[in-house]
Amino acid sequence: MNYALLIGIWWALMLPYAVIAGESTTTLEKIRHSGTITLGHRESSIPFSYYDDQQRVIGYSHDIMMKVVAAVQSELKLERLETRMMPVTSANRITLVQNGTIDLECGSTTNNLERQKQVAFSNSLFIVSTRLLTRRDSGISDFADLAGKNVVTTAGTTSERLLRRMNEDKKMVMNIISAKDHGESFLTLETGRAVAFMMDDALLYGELAKAKNPALWTVTGTPQSHEAYGCMMRRDDPDFKRVVDGAIAQLMQSEAMVPLYTKWFLQPVPPKGLNLNFPLSPEIKQLFQTPNDRAFD
Amino acid sequence: MNYHWNWAIFLEQVPSGETSYGIWLLQGLQWTLSLSLTAWLLALLLGITMGILRTLPQRGWRWIGGGYIELFRNIPLLVQLFLWYFVLPELLPLSWGNAIKRWHPLAQQFFAAWLCLGCFTAARIAEQVRAGIQALPSGQQQAGLALGLTLAQTYRYVLMPAVLRLILPPLTSEFLNIFKNSAVATTIGLIELSHQAQQLVDYTAQPYEAFIAVTLLYVLINAIIMVLMRRVESKVAMRLTTA
Repeated sequence: MNYALLIGIWWALMLPYAVIAGESTTTLEKIRHSGTITLGHRESSIPFSYYDDQQRVIGYSHDIMMKVVAAVQSELKLERLETRMMPVTSANRITLVQNGTIDLECGSTTNNLERQKQVAFSNSLFIVSTRLLTRRDSGISDFADLAGKNVVTTAGTTSERLLRRMNEDKKMVMNIISAKDHGESFLTLETGRAVAFMMDDALLYGELAKAKNPALWTVTGTPQSHEAYGCMMRRDDPDFKRVVDGAIAQLMQSEAMVPLYTKWFLQPVPPKGLNLNFPLSPEIKQLFQTPNDRAFD
Repeated sequence: MNYHWNWAIFLEQVPSGETSYGIWLLQGLQWTLSLSLTAWLLALLLGITMGILRTLPQRGWRWIGGGYIELFRNIPLLVQLFLWYFVLPELLPLSWGNAIKRWHPLAQQFFAAWLCLGCFTAARIAEQVRAGIQALPSGQQQAGLALGLTLAQTYRYVLMPAVLRLILPPLTSEFLNIFKNSAVATTIGLIELSHQAQQLVDYTAQPYEAFIAVTLLYVLINAIIMVLMRRVESKVAMRLTTA
């Protein structure tokens, strides 16, 4: 038994090294060699990256990602480029990019300095503010009203961090519930386990649009942070990043960008045909004019 | 690919500054241990009861035992957890449901995970108990009854002491399983070991260190249990001699 145990521990320790050692070529070479690009997407980040009612991936970030894929294909002069879609979660997306499972992830991933130590980010896709979703009759209008209450947020997000820090700094004695994904966070809110759901405002509008009775809910509170969403790829791969950044910048400065924004944020979107009514903010307008990959923190 | 190994990450302070990442993992370990051990008690009690019911001569009791086992053995663990956590409070009378939802979130999560793990494991233990009872020669029960013991006394003094020893090895593996299964509680947000590992990944972007540490902690728990159970097994083993 002792030998078996030792061998088990040895395997547990060696496996990640083996995975890492297996990856050495650049992403462009890898794509050229395999004729395949593996894309990470989200399952319920409405309207950025999610499944429609036929389980096809759609969304604002997804549309941009497909433009990037087209740019990669023409850069490599490939006649055929097979795209493989892989669903990721807030918790596993960084690891999957690092270990080479996916080459590019465009969803609702915040570009921040901590993450830049492990992965690279493209030109930003979108800028959000972290706010609260709550019932209209909950009596909650800002973060100060949350003291002593149950508040839900999604595990692995920047909101979770901000909320914990706020709780610690201001001694608010909130009970913070970390749900698995945005859908579950909203379920926690809807069933009355929490009075408010803190998340990126665009995602909150997305959840609101999915609610049984959207009129019951409202997005409120002073923005606690601005966050830039970007596509995620492996670090230290300047050639691939140049192609991705170029494709995004070109799209943002083209005629097609405002219609693309309108399609996902100001018009009814699947699955329920609800309109998010999320107006183009000055920050986002600025981003479209001067595309960049700056993080906010 | 360039991964920046940083084993000192466990000594670093978490962003809110109250403790270090290593302590976070140990706090997760505490929840894993307390959840698994208390759920194990529930599973043993319920499992042995249901296993016995399944072998009683009265058809009604057998149906209750059998129904319980089939129900909890055939629904995936993750689905059961969601039923206990999300659906149960909605099915209860409104005032009860609201009362549960007013508990501290950790208490709600712990309670749901405890019921879920306990009931699921109980169904598996019940099957082992039934198999153990049926593995004994039927003459043992008949002999007990013939000596004038009641059915309850026959189970208590003749059958169960032998059965529990007989099924100790499979029970050990259920005991190991309950620790591993406790990781499902992460899906409802209970801050047990694997949840803390994921948090560590989110905060530090050092997935390999976090998961290697957690793997070792699970291996450690299970190694300790294996050693302890081997001891128990050799202590209470039946000395079977052929006449």
